[in-house]
Amino acid sequence: MMRAMAEKPVARRGPAVELANLTATHQRHPAVHHVSARFAAGSLAAIVGPNGAGKTTLLRAIAGLHRVDEGRVTLTGQKPRVALLPQQSGMDRAFPILCLDVVLQGMWSRLGAFRGTSAADRDRAQQALEAVGLGGFAKRPVGAMSAGQFQRLLFARLLVQDADLILLDEPFNAVDARTAADLLAVLRRWHGEGRTVLAVLHDLDLVQREFPDCLLLAREAIACGPTAEVLSAANRLRARMMAEAWDEIAPACAA
Amino acid sequence: MDWLFGPFLEFGFMRRALVGCLALAVAAPLLGVFLMLRRTSLTAEVLAHGVTPGIAAGFLIAGLSVPAMSLGGLIAGLAVAVGAGALSRATGGREDAALTALYLIALALGVTLVSLRGDTSDLTHLLFGQVLGVDDPALLLMAGVATLTLPVLALAWRPLALECFDPGFAAAEGVRGGLWHGLFLVLVVLNVLAAFQAMGTLMAVGLMMLPAVAARHWGRELSGMAYAAVGLAMLSALFGLLASYHLDLPSGPAIVLTAGVAWAVSVVFGPVDGLLARWVRRPHLAG
Repeated sequence: MMRAMAEKPVARRGPAVELANLTATHQRHPAVHHVSARFAAGSLAAIVGPNGAGKTTLLRAIAGLHRVDEGRVTLTGQKPRVALLPQQSGMDRAFPILCLDVVLQGMWSRLGAFRGTSAADRDRAQQALEAVGLGGFAKRPVGAMSAGQFQRLLFARLLVQDADLILLDEPFNAVDARTAADLLAVLRRWHGEGRTVLAVLHDLDLVQREFPDCLLLAREAIACGPTAEVLSAANRLRARMMAEAWDEIAPACAA
Repeated sequence: MDWLFGPFLEFGFMRRALVGCLALAVAAPLLGVFLMLRRTSLTAEVLAHGVTPGIAAGFLIAGLSVPAMSLGGLIAGLAVAVGAGALSRATGGREDAALTALYLIALALGVTLVSLRGDTSDLTHLLFGQVLGVDDPALLLMAGVATLTLPVLALAWRPLALECFDPGFAAAEGVRGGLWHGLFLVLVVLNVLAAFQAMGTLMAVGLMMLPAVAARHWGRELSGMAYAAVGLAMLSALFGLLASYHLDLPSGPAIVLTAGVAWAVSVVFGPVDGLLARWVRRPHLAG
């Protein structure tokens, strides 16, 4: 027993994520409104809520890509590396680039604009492709891939990024059951390695089955904690009551 | 073979024009490939026409002097580049209408300025280029711009490609997209300026964009497209100049028409999305 413990590699811990009274807006209208929540280091957590609940904005705020109007996002630890998998909308899938080169982009933080890739780097990229079931795709242009294959490719890039905090925005959209299962296995692997993983999801069955922790968001935080407690019938009803349209004549928030 | 080598052996101005145009053909199409991939082909046109009033102002002040006209063009081009960027941000990315307005105004202003002092031959020179106009300063400008463009583009290559493919990821990784794009636009302005002596402001973009658009049919990957674009541009420059000499055509349109023929051939015969590959039905593969 003791030997087994000793042989187990020391788990690298992702950062804890602390949201303190966080507000983020679009043209002054809050998309995320006075949200306080905490995700423990190394947690595997889902962020759920109705459309327009501010889930994407929250992820972008945590990644530092959306301006925080009020409150704070705190990540513990020494300069944790953060990776965000956005929804695919902003990408140019007709761009003439090979799959292996897309995966190598994941090493940007180390290679930057100028440094070359070594044979070891390319091996690692190839291994990442194999890990998501795209072993034979290294020399294929991305334009020839289906939506599901493309999502696998983005996961391969995330694998190579080797981030401590991984933020996923609807990662299983438009992928078939088998791809979703494969990508879920990658999530479990990250969880096993002690990284912190936050994923925006819509499939509540999946969340209840696979994600120990959960934040239910409806512009405000309805509940945050163990999934079974958060996704109670009462909480889900409260989330559905959220008014989706913003109030055109809303006064400045005093809270 | 006399038709091929004769003009260049016989006449110094043809040699200078060839060297200058080959220098352009090495650098400009690479910029064109990125402009095409960013879906901002129109920007090149706007910049090319945007330099016109500056060149015309230089001409008004100093006559047909390359340094004066280039300086004027550089100032006007950079102003238009900055203005186009500001317009694009102000109109939320839907910039095509505003840019069209901008380049029409710039072109009209340039033509008006030249008409104030010059005659029709000066105007033709400005708009369509003149191989005889490639004197030593112009040649130095063309070669110098190409010499500057290649290493700068080599440094900017990876950020530009990443920014183009996945701007969200580039932003998350801290790539200074705006900075690289600004540098890129400066290179476009410089190349347009270098091209205008031989090609004229109306045609300056031809050697930049047509080979780049044609290259789409020859490469599935960015680097392959880059090589194809440069190769096609060099051929277009050579045969365009020959056509200009033998058929007594203005050099700018002759080069651009040759590049146009190369494009048409690429669309039909190119291995990537070429028409021929679509027409000729070959049996599908087993797997």
